[in-house]
Amino acid sequence: MPAPTGITRATLAKDLRLEWRSKDAINSMLFFSLLVVVVFSFSFDPNAEESRQIAGGLIWVAFLFAAVVALNQTWAREIRNQVLDAYRVSPAPANSLFLAKAIGNFIFVSVLEALMTPLFIVFYQLRALGPAWQLPIVAALGTWALVVNGTFFAAMSLRTRSREIMLPLLLFPISIPALLAMVQATTAILTGENNARVWIALLLSYDLVFTSACLLLFETVLNAE
Amino acid sequence: MKKTFPILGIFTALLLSYALHLALVVAPTEQTMGDVQRIFYYHVPSAWTAFILFTINFVASIVYLANRKQAADVVALVCAEVGVVFCTIVLVTGPIWARPVWGIWWTWDMRLTSTLVLWLIYVSYLILRRFSSGGQTPLLAATLSVFGALCVPFVYFSIWFFRTQHPQPVIGGGGSIDPRMMHVLLINWLAFSCFAFLVCWSRYRLEKLQRELDEAHALQSLSAPRSAR
Repeated sequence: MPAPTGITRATLAKDLRLEWRSKDAINSMLFFSLLVVVVFSFSFDPNAEESRQIAGGLIWVAFLFAAVVALNQTWAREIRNQVLDAYRVSPAPANSLFLAKAIGNFIFVSVLEALMTPLFIVFYQLRALGPAWQLPIVAALGTWALVVNGTFFAAMSLRTRSREIMLPLLLFPISIPALLAMVQATTAILTGENNARVWIALLLSYDLVFTSACLLLFETVLNAE
Repeated sequence: MKKTFPILGIFTALLLSYALHLALVVAPTEQTMGDVQRIFYYHVPSAWTAFILFTINFVASIVYLANRKQAADVVALVCAEVGVVFCTIVLVTGPIWARPVWGIWWTWDMRLTSTLVLWLIYVSYLILRRFSSGGQTPLLAATLSVFGALCVPFVYFSIWFFRTQHPQPVIGGGGSIDPRMMHVLLINWLAFSCFAFLVCWSRYRLEKLQRELDEAHALQSLSAPRSAR
């Protein structure tokens, strides 16, 4: 049997290759968040000062909704041809599969963020008044917080009716503290009025606690019958 | 067991009416807020009861994850349902009280927001139970309950940084309260807890019966597939 890291790497490589060839998730996420940017700018019509105040919220709401697109198709792919059942009977550790899926989603959403951030900056005339080097840290921690729980809840909602609706219903309430921290940290950095350290620390501990919880419980959920 | 239930029911009814009398007549009128403040005797006991029920839900979920006994799952389900009802009472009586006293229905302060988020988490728990089908429902629900409980400290800490408009907690928060009011509050809490326990108990029996009935139906259709259709 190959080592757990080997299984993670193989699954991750397979998912990335599939996505590279089809570009299903990234295209729909990109277009979706582009729509959100346009719709929000119509509804608020902000000047540079106002947009600094609201941009943190806008950016993260756009990414949160777009991430659901990627998260929903995480496991749907494995249901076809009974791949997930094959995985269940194989001796490979469940957590390797989970980590591969979570890292894959992290990469997809990070690519989306890297492509969308310039657009946000252009459309909302954003310029950070605080320490801008903290923004990538907030983005990485925040994205991980969303995708680790999202990957887990997507696996849970596989067993429910109308699973595409179920995922946001499960994910959003649990993500509220993380979302609040991301939005507040981003706003603090953009306006330069507050220190974002406290929020970054909160995000970091959220990530640690929920990553451990997911790794502890994933095998139970995967084998639930 | 058959006799305990009606006895407890009568006891709860008496206690509830006594508590109502205490809250509306006996308790001293608050100096600045006037009679509106009497909603306090429903608002706070409901909150305490809801939090206790959510805690029991978490413990029962852990027990279910450990031993997979059906009883633990039924307890978790029942406590979540009744807890959501009491949490709803808190969220409804809060604005009714806030409007005359603060002049606004709602404010995004720490305690209100965290109670609302808690309510959202447990509503999503009930939705999951409703939407998932088959034998894995208890397992998924127990997992979600663990996640919800893990989320609670984060909810509190993340909302901590907003200035709070709500009065400090009555117990252990350094707030001061007239001892007579405290007495009425505790009696009301006792009455509400008894009532919650009674509702949980009858809901527990109902759920057990429902599951036995479902099993019997399934067995029947297995043994006589044609006649069952």
